[in-house]
Amino acid sequence: METVQYTFTEAEHAEIRKHVAKYPDRRSAVMPALWIAQEKFGWLSPEAVKLVAETLDIPYAHVYGVASFYTMYFKERVPKHLIEICTCFSCGANGGQELLDYTKAQIQADDKGHGKDGKIWARAAECLGACDTGPVCQITNRHYAHNLTREKIDSLISKLSNDEEIPYEQIPLSNPSITD
Amino acid sequence: MENWRDYQRVLLPNIPDFHKIEVYEAHDGYKALRAAITEEKWTPKTVVDEVKKANIRGRGGAGFNAGLKWSFMPPKKEGVPRYLACNGDESEPGTCKDRRIFEYNPHAIIEGAIIACYAMEMDAAYIYIRGEYGDWIDMMQKALDDTYAKGYAGKNIFGSNISIDVYLHRGAGAYICGEETSLMESLEGKRPYPRSKPPFPAQFGLWGKPTTINNVETLSHVPMVMRNGADWYLSIGAATNPGPVLYGISGHVNRPGLYEYPSGMLITDLIYKVAGGIRGGKKIKAVVPGGSSVPILTAEMIEGVKMDADSLRAAGSMLGTAGMCVLDEDTDMVKFLLRVAKFYDHESCGQCTPCREGTGWFVKVLKKIDAGQGTTRDLDLLLELCDTMEGRTVCALADAAAWPVRNTVKRFRAEFEARVRPELVAIG
Ligand SMILES: Cc1cc2nc3c(=O)[nH]c(=O)nc-3n(C[C@H](O)[C@H](O)[C@H](O)COP(=O)(O)O)c2cc1C
Ligand code: SF4
Ligand code: FES
Repeated sequence: METVQYTFTEAEHAEIRKHVAKYPDRRSAVMPALWIAQEKFGWLSPEAVKLVAETLDIPYAHVYGVASFYTMYFKERVPKHLIEICTCFSCGANGGQELLDYTKAQIQADDKGHGKDGKIWARAAECLGACDTGPVCQITNRHYAHNLTREKIDSLISKLSNDEEIPYEQIPLSNPSITD
Repeated sequence: MENWRDYQRVLLPNIPDFHKIEVYEAHDGYKALRAAITEEKWTPKTVVDEVKKANIRGRGGAGFNAGLKWSFMPPKKEGVPRYLACNGDESEPGTCKDRRIFEYNPHAIIEGAIIACYAMEMDAAYIYIRGEYGDWIDMMQKALDDTYAKGYAGKNIFGSNISIDVYLHRGAGAYICGEETSLMESLEGKRPYPRSKPPFPAQFGLWGKPTTINNVETLSHVPMVMRNGADWYLSIGAATNPGPVLYGISGHVNRPGLYEYPSGMLITDLIYKVAGGIRGGKKIKAVVPGGSSVPILTAEMIEGVKMDADSLRAAGSMLGTAGMCVLDEDTDMVKFLLRVAKFYDHESCGQCTPCREGTGWFVKVLKKIDAGQGTTRDLDLLLELCDTMEGRTVCALADAAAWPVRNTVKRFRAEFEARVRPELVAIG
């Protein structure tokens, strides 16, 4: 396995400084800095958390405490692509859990949800704020896929296994749609 | 509201490319901000008064008059900064409206936030957006960059001596950050444990400075109120809860979606006329009118009920976020409630014992009932747990967790009883 250099480039430092400048207290930049670290390293290893702590000059324990609170910061090494299916409330009432079970079966997930080929993992999401186009999922902290069906899951899996880009899916506004 | 069919959308208007600043400006965008800052009739006080008169009821769930909240800010002290926190955490299950404003009318939020800062003599607005909305944060950032480029935000707005900054802050996945004091802790870069009140944010808010928190949709209503006047706004929809409402309709309907109509629409019109009725021609079993925490209504209870705060309160529920979930006759209420309970258990920050323990017990007991192992005693246990939680914690998450349990068990008691065994009491 290649060794990872836990440093930020000058451009990344500049970006972090821009975030620091937004707030009256540099500690407030901890979340944006963690985002930058995660996007760079793929997950927040202890070394990545330490790098953020040193960059902002705040205690490691504080930064770790923040990172560990939030679900979108990965505290473990994870496969490259995540299919996070909403099984909550409206999506749950529309088969979200069954779609998650199906997805896990298709990728032959282990009990952490990591697929057999090591490239894709799946887990349940809480409400993603797109209940009206449910069931929905989020792909690796980024685009949503709406109105999920098994067919749509199949196509997502096959695209992600080939590292294909999942396009942004625009949802038009609903009115007018009046019937009697 | 008789003529709702003729309603022309005002919050998410039917205008292509409205998210672009040129298009927004071509349709009177930023006129309200320009007027507030450059016209003599608008002082911070007259802006607060106009917004208060319009009675924009907070769209984050509690329905509090925005202008009235603004008037709670203490008098401005020279040299003491003040902040606006704009709540775009949108995480209450069933709620799917703020995301659409970020996409289709971002400048209304930005303009509304800057007007609010002017009215409350604030230095900066922080727009907190849930981490999952990365795509929409980018859209908001683009809009915000355009606002700065035009000189409508930042230093010396419209050449005046007024300077107001607007910043975006990305969350990272935690429902609790939508609670206003948790949101402030998150923005400050701490673990987002809600704060006990008092002190209230107007006295001790972000970085210990006077702060007001509004939902992003609430702020997006401000420019139209300023442009058209409070009386115009008051003429839309229900008298005591005026203005446009973004109805997010989800669940077992034929045409789920986010629909803008005046407040006070009949629930049955929204379900049958707007959203095309129940899938497969089935019957309604239940409706949760405003996000997962508001009390659930049975099919009988929705007849004649309108979507405004007073009507829903009278009917035994709340408007909340107007994110309505419709459940058909085949819905298993035990499973449905179990999933809602799991949400609150997952999202409790764990700071208060009644909330941490209570949400965990809900899940345990409901799982047992779902597995056919429950007894009638368990139903009472669920209700007793609610008693230990409601009104006894630092923040309202515990209440938000207890209300669905209390009301679903109470209002669908027969279905729950059919799933449990009667408690056997030993004699002698
Ligand atoms: C657990 C919990 C979660 C909340 N989540 C949100 C949220 O996601 N978005 C929001 O605007 N308000 C949320 N609120 C309400 C806020 O605390 C606050 O009342 C609101 O943002 C005020 O804005 P408004 O007066 O404009 O509605 C939540 C409250 C609680 C108790
Ligand atoms: S009520 Fe629950 S979520 Fe709110 S502060 Fe207490 S433990 Fe945390
Ligand atoms: S319940 Fe799935 S997105 Fe809201």
